[in-house]
Amino acid sequence: MLEASNLECVRGERRLFAGVGFRLDAGELLSLQGANGSGKTSLLRMLCGLTAPAAGEIRWRGQATAKLGGEFRAELCYLGHHNAIKEELTPLENLLTSARLAGEPLAEDNALDALETVGLAGREDLACRYLSQGQKRRVALARLVHERRALWILDEPYVALDVAAVDMVAGLIGAHLQRGGLAVLTTHQPVAVAAGSIRELRLGS
Amino acid sequence: MLALLKTVVARDLRLAMRRQADIVSALFFFIIVVSLFPLGVGPEADLLRRLAPGVLWVAALLATMLSLPRLFADDFRDGTLEQLALGPQPLAVAVFGKTLAHWLSSGLPLTLLSPLIGAQFDLPADAVWMLVLALLIGTPALSAIGAIGAALTLGLRGGGVLLSLLVLPLYIPVLIFGAGAVDATAGGLGAQAHLSVLGALSLAGLFFAPWATAAALRVALE
Repeated sequence: MLEASNLECVRGERRLFAGVGFRLDAGELLSLQGANGSGKTSLLRMLCGLTAPAAGEIRWRGQATAKLGGEFRAELCYLGHHNAIKEELTPLENLLTSARLAGEPLAEDNALDALETVGLAGREDLACRYLSQGQKRRVALARLVHERRALWILDEPYVALDVAAVDMVAGLIGAHLQRGGLAVLTTHQPVAVAAGSIRELRLGS
Repeated sequence: MLALLKTVVARDLRLAMRRQADIVSALFFFIIVVSLFPLGVGPEADLLRRLAPGVLWVAALLATMLSLPRLFADDFRDGTLEQLALGPQPLAVAVFGKTLAHWLSSGLPLTLLSPLIGAQFDLPADAVWMLVLALLIGTPALSAIGAIGAALTLGLRGGGVLLSLLVLPLYIPVLIFGAGAVDATAGGLGAQAHLSVLGALSLAGLFFAPWATAAALRVALE
């Protein structure tokens, strides 16, 4: 479903990686490994289409993602380094707004349920400014609970989370893979995800 | 597409309401800049009446500029802009929504406040109403053009000054026809031609600027 061939990334004067390729099918997880600065985030942003590769091609269901444009983005859920939540809004408002911006409105009951799943019950109406770093990350991750788009691209999803939350997120990713979804993620923590097959890609070696 | 537009406008207005200090400080800036002129040039009613349209419009341009640097900076910093760029709809639609919200929280309050300030300059009643009408028609162009500048300077250090240098020259046509409309009315002439040009500037700005802004945002996100 998702194929990348011969990708090359140049940042400023430096070439971060070249000749990177992989193939990912339904129900599979790609785990990106590599030291800091080896280009993991750059590769993820490239897969999303936020940056154009210096060379190489990315294909989704056999067609180049650059050509598919909106059709590809409608099947993509990207969670970046930044949480994309507003400090002035409450977790509930943030979740409802981000779902609506992504073009998939969420019913309020589902949103409350998602916040409960990520352990934010009782905090729904507190401005996000008053939440801890880990709680803010949970607000961002609450999007995944009812997310049914096929391809998840997650940049360091476990960062700032406690042990229980890491397990919960790994569970969400596992359930997504079992539904036949695809996931690409970077992490420095070895986390067990219940997936049919896990591929690993090491950058910068 | 309409749903996305509505969501963006509603979200930005809600954020603006939770950060009312920004709106209020821009309004006070407008009031203070305008009030400095009578103190500087002296209290001659004739002179003030002649100066009023130009002074009010210049102050309105500067007050609109104040809130421009934050138009995309917050969304850029917290990652919301990435999410908007990755939505299935064209980014320009979201930009159009943000431009509208910016106008509703900067241009519109200025317009509503302007009759009060006009009275301070002893403008005749018909000139005051023309001022309100001209601001109402002209200020959307300021938000639309300003958005291009805000996107081009996104993520630059000292971008605020560069933004002014970039955007203020582009505001000149709006200034000329906006102030011209009030001048013409005060002089007993019709202002319809001025208003038509202002309307054309706003419509063209609102239609074309979001595409240019979206292109600039994509470059900033790379």
